[in-house]
Amino acid sequence: MDLAQEVLGGNRLALARLLTQVENGTPQGLAALEALYPHTGKAQRIGVTGPPGTGKSSLVNQLALHLRRSDSPRRVAILAVDPTSPFTGGAILGDRVRMRDLSGDPGVFIRSMASRGSLGGLAAATSGLAAVLDAAGFDVILIETVGAGQAEVDIARLAHTVLVVEAPGLGDDIQAIKAGILEIADILVINKADQPGVEATERALLGMLQLAHPSPHIFRDERRHHHLPDLEPVGQVSYLPETAAKKAALQVSAQFDDWIPPVQRTVAIEGQGIAELATQIEKHAAHLHSNGGWERREAARLQSELDELLQQALIARWRQETPAAHYEAVLERLTRRMLSPWQAVKELLEGDRL
Amino acid sequence: MGEQKIRVLVAKPGLDGHDRGAKVVARALRDAGMEVIYTGLRQTPEMIAESALQEDVDAVGLSILSGAHMVLVPRVLDLLRTNGQSNVCVFLGGIIPDEDVPQLLALGVSGVYGPGTSTDQIVNDVRRLAAGRQAGA
Repeated sequence: MDLAQEVLGGNRLALARLLTQVENGTPQGLAALEALYPHTGKAQRIGVTGPPGTGKSSLVNQLALHLRRSDSPRRVAILAVDPTSPFTGGAILGDRVRMRDLSGDPGVFIRSMASRGSLGGLAAATSGLAAVLDAAGFDVILIETVGAGQAEVDIARLAHTVLVVEAPGLGDDIQAIKAGILEIADILVINKADQPGVEATERALLGMLQLAHPSPHIFRDERRHHHLPDLEPVGQVSYLPETAAKKAALQVSAQFDDWIPPVQRTVAIEGQGIAELATQIEKHAAHLHSNGGWERREAARLQSELDELLQQALIARWRQETPAAHYEAVLERLTRRMLSPWQAVKELLEGDRL
Repeated sequence: MGEQKIRVLVAKPGLDGHDRGAKVVARALRDAGMEVIYTGLRQTPEMIAESALQEDVDAVGLSILSGAHMVLVPRVLDLLRTNGQSNVCVFLGGIIPDEDVPQLLALGVSGVYGPGTSTDQIVNDVRRLAAGRQAGA
């Protein structure tokens, strides 16, 4: 009863169970993920992000329908992330409400995820779940982030193509030139385009696009795993190749300066603009394939995943090798202000070597 | 990392349009730290079973006020069983006449929670049953 084999064989219950295992980070889940890894790398990952209430779920629903109804239907998986309450750890995952049109189609698999404390718009396990769905043979994975504002840019590393969904009347033009979520857009979508104010929104977005290409600083402030201490202020400790990964990621975005994000109007609940949007997505994918961008995005993503895993593993190993008493003693001196946080880190890392 | 959450599907099968109760229960389960997949109104038993499978839930809560529970509930239970999810607990809320309750329980429903039930009772029952399922999985 090998979950990975059953998933490869098309067993949907096994797939659902494995997704849970991977989401929970269980040893069985990780083992299956390892076994499935050689089968990944085929799916097209499309990210859908934007502020709450702009119609991301409805848009995902329509895009999936479009992909299913095309002449050569593609198998579509959807990962829909909603926020976890920071107070109770619970979550209401309501994206399926807008996706009922997809029900009953065996070529579609929808999975809701809670963000479980991650702040970048996705959950820590989203990438792992996408890998499982990839191995399970889904051609397209639509990844819907939590309602995101200006800083939740994790999706830019996970997706091949990022749609940023806006709606009329959400903000003036200064919002459009701030850093963050707009900079990660490969395609800008103005949903609810039948609402008043659509011209002003479109003008603001087009103006933003003319003002600036994606800044190469986009990945500099990327989310750090919040349970990891920030080691950067210790100048000489540069054993983590993290800056290299960030640079690689930002170079990837810089290399796409020749792609100017199109602005696409849609009215998702009526299916307007969906075919055009799908064409734009295909154009972007073709663009990535034509200039090596697809491979560079994959490489940058894998590098940043590798670095995250490496950080976790290094910390875990360090914890194992460092007596808890030593850590407690340093912490005690830190809280009494006998040490600065930077000195404490130095002490812990160098004490380790003795 | 490595944490196990209780996942519950809250659904409204059938044609009545009153989802206040379902939302109250969804909210209570969320406040108890569970992940609640809310599917909205007018779900067919097939849609509910499909969602329960894809989401790998521990429990399914059905809110029915239309009087069609003796048709809808057995169908949901059947489909869950067919899909290999007979270990998923199914509980009911809404307007269920007392005389139907014994038969529903005999069919495999884990609890029937009518108006006036405290949300604490629902939360505690779901937590206990889900823990049993997760331990047995």
